[in-house]
Parts: sequence; C-alpha cells; structure tokens
Amino acid sequence: MIPIENYLVLSATLFSIGLMIVVIKRNAIAVLLGLELMLNAANINLVAFNLAHPERLDGQMFAVFVIIVAACEAAVGLAIILQAYRVFHTAVPDSISTLKES
Amino acid sequence: MTLYAFYFLSFLAVMGALMVVFSRNPVTSVIFLVMTFFTIACHYMLLNAQFLAAVHVIVYAGAIMVLFLYVIMLLNLNEAVEKQKTLLLKVAAIVTGGLFMIVLSAALRTAETSYIDTSVVGSARNLGKVLLNEYLLPFEAVSLLLLAAMTGAIMLARSRKRIKPAPNVVGMTHEREQTKTVVHEQ
Repeated sequence: MIPIENYLVLSATLFSIGLMIVVIKRNAIAVLLGLELMLNAANINLVAFNLAHPERLDGQMFAVFVIIVAACEAAVGLAIILQAYRVFHTAVPDSISTLKES
Repeated sequence: MTLYAFYFLSFLAVMGALMVVFSRNPVTSVIFLVMTFFTIACHYMLLNAQFLAAVHVIVYAGAIMVLFLYVIMLLNLNEAVEKQKTLLLKVAAIVTGGLFMIVLSAALRTAETSYIDTSVVGSARNLGKVLLNEYLLPFEAVSLLLLAAMTGAIMLARSRKRIKPAPNVVGMTHEREQTKTVVHEQ
C-alpha cells in the first residue's frame, strides 16, 4: 500500500520542474514542453485522488479529458509557433516584440 | 515491493524532467521528456489505471512528442541557434521552482493520510461505461473541441503565399496567351 502523500509529492516535484522549464527556456517549443509536463503532474494527482476514493471513476475521466485538451493545445500552439517563425524568422518569444513601444 | 517500484519510477521521472531542463539541444530534451512520460505511464499501471496508461503512451509519447520533434526539425533548431539565458535568470528560475515545491510540500504536511486502494480497475470497459453514461455531454463537447482545434491548426499552419508556378507551366500559359492573341487578331 502506497500512501497518497508520495504521489502528491511526486506530482508537486514534476509541476515545479515544469514551471522551471517554462521560466528558464528561451525557445517557444521548450516552453510548450514545460506546459505538457505541468499538465501531466496534475494528471498524476487526479488519478491518485481517484484511487483514494475508489467508488467512482471520475478522477480518471478527468485525466482523459485533460489529455485531450493537452493534445488540442499542443497542435494549435505548434501551428502558431510555425506561423510566427514564418513571419519573424525566429522561435524565441523574447525577440518577437513588434507591439512593444520604442 | 510496489513501494520500491514507486521509488524507482519516481526517481527516473524526476531525473528525466531535470535532464529536460539541463540539456541544451531541443531534440535531447524532447527525448528525455518521452522517458518521463513513459515512467508516468508506469505509475498509472501501478495505480491500476490501465486504460489511462495505454492512452498516455499512445497520445503523448506517440503523437504529441512526435509532433514536437517534427516542428523542431522543421524549424532547424539546434544548440547553435539557442542562446542561453543569463546566470541571474537561471538562479531566478531555480529559486522559483524550488520555492513552489517547498510551498506545495509544506501544504501537504498537514494533510490527512489516506492509503490508495488499487482494487478498482480502470479498464477500458469500466471507463467506457462511465464515459457514455454520466459524461456523455462532455464527450460530445470534446469532439467539437477536437474539430475546432484541427481546423484552427490547419488554418494557422497553411501558407498564405501563392505558390509560384514552375517554369514550364509559365511557358505553357505564355504560349496559350500568344495563341489567344493570335486568334483575337484573326
């Protein structure tokens, strides 16, 4: 029997590393990778909570929906990055600053 | 036994995620993220959520990560292209992530302990029953969302420029125009 805290700590660790990736990486694609990792950390939490109250399967259903939304987000996000690369010739969000004054 | 498996898989997952942070080549980070996703799928197997584990491997490792790899190779990103951030920003990122983890773990210390009951099997049969009975409306809404995302991705990624015709085609149209003018003159 595994106590639920272990899963929660694992999920918190993975979520923090995902946040670190989002902050530290310059590439828009690497930032999306960090977002995917954070969504997965949340998914581990959902499944663990589901099994702590095992009379219903709601947590796992939520995890399935999260996976679907993550797939949509990755597809649309990558399409936007491709289009931005076509216009600005870079995939680094810091150097796309047309709307910035000066 | 399962506890040891849990610790081993957690170690692998965290190491893979850290390697995503520290590898400079984007392709290597994607490969390490795939490793992390496989260990997370193994965690789902430990939690007796078999359908979710299969979906996770197919959708994440099979589809989304391959999409990322395609885009990275399409944009030709590599180590030379990626400039690193300054040391100050790196320290700031590590402090951000570390503080967030400390806060989350401190919040968990006072939580009441409950043990995980793996007697319920998250098989495709059980999940399908729940999905098509109680979650029918979200299921349909998700199909609309997938359709919208697919259309949006195609619209966004489509090239706006007109494709220039190949030289021989240009010649043919030119000849055709000439014959047209000839006919007109006649």
